[in-house]
Amino acid sequence: MTEARTPLWEVFIRPRNGLSHKHVGSVHAADATMALQAARDVYTRRGEGLSVWVVPSAEITASDPADKDALFEPTASKIYRHPTFYEVPDEVENM
Amino acid sequence: MAQEASTTSIVTFLTRLGDDQLVLGHRLSEWCGHAPTLEEDLALANMGLDLIGQARALYTRAGELEGEGRGEDDFAYLRREVDYQNLLLVERPNGDFARTILKQFYFAAFMTPFWQGTSNSSDEALAAIAAKAVKESTYHLRHSAEWVIRLGDGTAESANRMKCAVDDLHAYTDEMFQSDALTKELAGAGVAPEPATIKVQWQASVTEIFDAANLAIPEIAWPQLGGRQGEHTEDMGHLLAELQFMQRAYPGLQW
Repeated sequence: MTEARTPLWEVFIRPRNGLSHKHVGSVHAADATMALQAARDVYTRRGEGLSVWVVPSAEITASDPADKDALFEPTASKIYRHPTFYEVPDEVENM
Repeated sequence: MAQEASTTSIVTFLTRLGDDQLVLGHRLSEWCGHAPTLEEDLALANMGLDLIGQARALYTRAGELEGEGRGEDDFAYLRREVDYQNLLLVERPNGDFARTILKQFYFAAFMTPFWQGTSNSSDEALAAIAAKAVKESTYHLRHSAEWVIRLGDGTAESANRMKCAVDDLHAYTDEMFQSDALTKELAGAGVAPEPATIKVQWQASVTEIFDAANLAIPEIAWPQLGGRQGEHTEDMGHLLAELQFMQRAYPGLQW
């Protein structure tokens, strides 16, 4: 089977109700129906999931690794964005 | 409710049903590491494990009812070829992927309604096994049917292979619907549906999928029968040689 006939699909699984889908890997399949079945067969063999999504890998727009300085470096100096400067009152026991 | 079924009959029936699942499960296990793609390697092994799990439950229950101390391994590994009463369909060699997937489709299209009908069996243990098995079988049916469509309606090569598979295997499908004294007794006692009553649903599934796959349903000139009486094809001996080797060579081996 060639890459053209069986393109790549990204697989996302939701482990439990209330949690979000997480990327777990990818499969090759001819179409969406077969991709979903392949994802089920490959990634949910140990009871990992309650819901599976598959997305054509070609449909994902990704950031360029070469841009990482411009995209992500500027946040490093903005520690005030982390919620670590609040005094938690003693009355709040679990936070 | 009519006549109760005898314990001997239920044991024979459970064993027969277990043999179908074990032998097809074993055939699927032969694909492990050899399937056309990694995804399908896992899919075939998954289905094989479902079937072997069903066989284990059926054999274990048969041994309990029989009360002579036989466990699942005794049924699976220590009987002779003539003692296996599986359908000839399930012992047919895998051949290529088209043939394997068609065999799975034919069988799952039968077993899914069969397990549905058995999930309200008058035998509670069998009803519980059926309730679990029907979920597994439903997926086997869905998966194999999608492949039959894609291969039958695919390239010239895949369509030809699927057509050859139909020509090879279709004559083995009639055996699924055969009645005998045992199936009648169990149907009368509400243990399991008469296989013949499932033929309508099976035909509906096959017609729907074959239509989508551009495949014709051939006439069966000469049905291939015999498995239920322990009369197997030549391939069965080879299958059992591999299946039983460890227990025959190292009796009582555990792991």
